[in-house]
Amino acid sequence: MSHEASYKSLRRSMILMLILVSLAPLVMVSAVLGNRFHTSYKEKALAHLDEVLLKHKQTIDSFLDAKVAEIRVLVDVTPFKAFFDPQTLESLLLSLQDRHHGVFVDLGVVNAEGEQAAYAGPFLLGSADYSQAHWFQAAMRRQVYISDVFLGVRGLPHFIVAVRKKYEGRDWIVRSTIDFAAFNRLVENVRIGDTGLAFIVNKDGEFQTKPRMDISSELPKLMALIKSRGKPGAGRWLSRAKDASGVWSCLFESPSTGQEYVVLMTELKGGEWTLVYQQTERDAFQDLYRSRIAAIVIVLLGAAAIVAAALYVSQRFVNHLRRLDREKEVLNEQMLETGRLASVGELAAGVAHEINNPVAIMMEEAGWVEDLLEDENPWENEEEIRRALSQIRTQGGRCREITHKLLSFARKIDPTVVLLDLNQAVEEISELSEQRARYAGVQIITDLASDLPEVRASASELQQVLLNLINNAIDAMDGRDGRLTLTTRKVGEDVQLEVADTGRGIPAANLQRIFDPFFTTKPVGKGTGLGLSICYGVIKKMGGDITVSSKVDAGTVFRIRVPGAEDTHVPAGKDAQSRTSA
Amino acid sequence: MNGKTAQDGMSRMLRVLIVDDEAGFVDVLRKRLARRGVKVQAAYSGTEAVQAMRRQEFDAAVVDLKMEDMGGIEVLQVFRRMAPETPVIMLTGHGSEEAAREGLKYGAFDYLLKPCDMDALLAKIHEAAGQGGRS
Repeated sequence: MSHEASYKSLRRSMILMLILVSLAPLVMVSAVLGNRFHTSYKEKALAHLDEVLLKHKQTIDSFLDAKVAEIRVLVDVTPFKAFFDPQTLESLLLSLQDRHHGVFVDLGVVNAEGEQAAYAGPFLLGSADYSQAHWFQAAMRRQVYISDVFLGVRGLPHFIVAVRKKYEGRDWIVRSTIDFAAFNRLVENVRIGDTGLAFIVNKDGEFQTKPRMDISSELPKLMALIKSRGKPGAGRWLSRAKDASGVWSCLFESPSTGQEYVVLMTELKGGEWTLVYQQTERDAFQDLYRSRIAAIVIVLLGAAAIVAAALYVSQRFVNHLRRLDREKEVLNEQMLETGRLASVGELAAGVAHEINNPVAIMMEEAGWVEDLLEDENPWENEEEIRRALSQIRTQGGRCREITHKLLSFARKIDPTVVLLDLNQAVEEISELSEQRARYAGVQIITDLASDLPEVRASASELQQVLLNLINNAIDAMDGRDGRLTLTTRKVGEDVQLEVADTGRGIPAANLQRIFDPFFTTKPVGKGTGLGLSICYGVIKKMGGDITVSSKVDAGTVFRIRVPGAEDTHVPAGKDAQSRTSA
Repeated sequence: MNGKTAQDGMSRMLRVLIVDDEAGFVDVLRKRLARRGVKVQAAYSGTEAVQAMRRQEFDAAVVDLKMEDMGGIEVLQVFRRMAPETPVIMLTGHGSEEAAREGLKYGAFDYLLKPCDMDALLAKIHEAAGQGGRS
């Protein structure tokens, strides 16, 4: 994976992790708190509506009770024959209207046959016959009766309050019509929000008030709901379907609009009427929904801030990492160069001596020629002069060969990875190290396989590895008449190089740290401790492996395995080679 | 120390053993020193040098520090045992001065950097021979 791809992958993981770790608690806490708030708010809102409805029911009950009581008192305290006097009846009606703000529309007395015996009021109902009227029949069966709303003889919606009275051995009914508009206003006077609506229906599903909105299409379903009274099926009954005060509450979906309504209902008139209050759920829980939107907006803003922070932080982190990696690469390059210079320094010591000898010969030969030329007849020594010059040329050639080898090594500084012949690299470096090995009393033996595939490596880095291993081996055998064996083999698809010496070996305690940077057992100033660490880095970079095995006072073997480049072999004509130099 | 000066030493030929595994170097040095009144015995390895020292005495020995069979220090140590009165001048390349200085600890008379100037070498040989106990 390239650096850029790994940065991208790292950044993606960081963003995901940061978002997940930050956002998950936020969402979970918001969801849990939101749910708790939602539930408790709804309960509180419903409790409030319950209370309102209950108070309203009491108000309506009080209204009806007051009207009934008024008529009963009137019947009880007024001599009954006075009801038959039109003027007295009129004055009684006016008195009632005066005290009840015109709620009593009229006042009449009906005999047991249903004939109206006396009447005071705005309608011409003097001798109306109510014998077939439902209210009359019902009123005759009870002491006190409040009728349903009906159109009646007058053709207008109204209801009556009737009180039965025994007079002169006969049953009489004193009845008064209640102002429907006033009652309607009273019932509707519980409007909450924009859609709150209260109305009364009787057992037959007939409106007993006139709702200000047309909800007749919803009435059948509403009636089913009312009749079911908390049983499942008709509506979604809320958990506290019926509280102790006798209020049912449920969620009801309007068949016409599809809107959900909160519906609360309670009985009136001993169960003959039902006071219904309905309000759209959105309206009833308006504050809740506003709070929910505000909470969602806050959570979304928080999430956006988290995402922005994750993007920013991850970008900064990756930039920082990229900078560190660049610095590390530069340091690595510098370390490689330091190690290279150190190993070149060691190599140079051997090479310098190798050059020093021919230079010394050349200088002495030149001095010898000068000595000869100082003679009286120098041309007598022509043959000797020519020999000396030839020797100078020969020694110059030696120098040129050495410098060429050294330059060939020093020029290989390109870190580009190319296909390389490992055998050739081994030969070059072993030749360069020959002089040093010779003076250290070390014999270099190469045993190179002929079927070796090429390897992918940087020429300079591979040289570095070989030179470090050879220098170390020579150091380990200095003064011991040692043997350094360089062996290459093809192992499966890999190429293996063994650098074996017969040196003093490495103690087991040091073996574990042998590839650590700056680890050295050489005296201060003699080794940087970078050589093997660089070898390790280079071989790992090539996708290979480097191992070491050692026995104290017997020797050490460094074994390198690197992948062979597919379909590549050393150019034909090179057979297995074995060479010894000392 | 017998009290002879370098000039006194020049009145007869000095006998100097030169030890170096570079035959070309030893041969030309022998010719040049011979012209300057120094009789040179060449040895092309440490082993040859030890044999030569065993055969005869020398006024001084010039020994190269780096040789394949025996290093210069080793040869010096043998000479110090065989002929402790013979002064030994070490020859060394640049970069090996440390080893040459180590030679001084083992009793070398002095050291010269190789390649060296003929006059300097001659002066050093005379100086060594003058301080030696044999000439």
